[in-house]
Amino acid sequence: MAEKASEALLKPLARDNSIARQVLGICSALAVTSKLETTVTMCLAVIFVTAGANAAVSLVRRHLPSSIRLIVQMTIIASLVIVVDQVLRAYAFGISRQLSVFVGLIITNCIVLGRAEGYAMHHGVWLSFLDGVGNGLGYSAVLLTVGVVRELLGAGRLFGLRVLPLASDGGWYVPNGLLLLPPSAFFLIGLLIWALRTWRREQVEAEG
Amino acid sequence: MSATYLSLFLKSVFTENMALAFFLGMCTFLAVSKKIQTAFGLGVAVVVVQTITVPVNNLVYQRLLREDALAWAGLQGVDLTFVGLISYIGVIAAMVQVLEMFLDRYVPALYSALGIFLPLITVNCAILGGSLFMVERDYSLGESVVYGFGSGLGWALAIVALAGVRDRLKYSDVPAGLRGLGITFITVGLMAMAFMSFSGIQL
Repeated sequence: MAEKASEALLKPLARDNSIARQVLGICSALAVTSKLETTVTMCLAVIFVTAGANAAVSLVRRHLPSSIRLIVQMTIIASLVIVVDQVLRAYAFGISRQLSVFVGLIITNCIVLGRAEGYAMHHGVWLSFLDGVGNGLGYSAVLLTVGVVRELLGAGRLFGLRVLPLASDGGWYVPNGLLLLPPSAFFLIGLLIWALRTWRREQVEAEG
Repeated sequence: MSATYLSLFLKSVFTENMALAFFLGMCTFLAVSKKIQTAFGLGVAVVVVQTITVPVNNLVYQRLLREDALAWAGLQGVDLTFVGLISYIGVIAAMVQVLEMFLDRYVPALYSALGIFLPLITVNCAILGGSLFMVERDYSLGESVVYGFGSGLGWALAIVALAGVRDRLKYSDVPAGLRGLGITFITVGLMAMAFMSFSGIQL
């Protein structure tokens, strides 16, 4: 049991990382990665929603007629996202402004629905919850990597604190402004996938 | 007046391209861009759905959800914006369903061409994103029609262009680890950079 639980939690992190492997859920992920503050908030929101949705779907899975299961899953997910959105608006209004529509877009994040449909419909509440947390963490790992690189090399800061002294303030680091623009996120994800697949050969796609 | 519409249209197609500047609709954007023909079909479906759902959601927001919008029913001071997310996704799912039934009944040729893409569109972030941006920027009904059409068109343009590039890439020798997904991301990054050069356009 304990082994299964740790597998549910850890497997999505590296071996089966949902973004790198299945190309799910990158939609809303990248636009918020130019700063770590927003990135971390987004990660926490996604972990909460995947874990909550998985647990809730798993709870009602035996009572769900299969013809309406997608609607029920969407309603559960949308309700959780509304909770996150309202909490952010109440306690972190500045960040909520910066995240703008991307919190709402967690609803259409394919990881959430994918795990609810693919895992939570066939597993117990506790395991589903762990699987949700694990997938949320896997998503966060990719997002945080991109966020750290973008903010560190793009602005010389981490969490808004100066890490590399900028040349314009008498330091030595000349920031790469490209990293603060949207295209850099695509490059970074591409390189990340390359690195991951060089490390784990079996994920390389077949020719053609 | 028409100048603002034109500038909004150009902005939504090029400078604020849904796929390349806001990363919206990425799942389908990467998965369905292997062939130009299917990419085109999906692009047309997105334009149609976006042009319908953004104005409809605009009406839902302006007439029902917004603060004091229900004043006509005697409900002063009622603010329903917190159920916004769930209403928009509901409207989108319903509109897609209606559109699917309508096409099936009256335009079977178009239905068989778009058929498989329509259900995919319900969970496309670009569609929900369009409605959410519309609410955030407080567009009027006219602006939302232009914005819906423009953003859909921009997304369609991006996916068809990407499919064209990927078609050419078939014959190139890509390093093993980059094959497939990796090189697609790098390509999209280059396309996004190209689209950024439109940002100087002012009308």
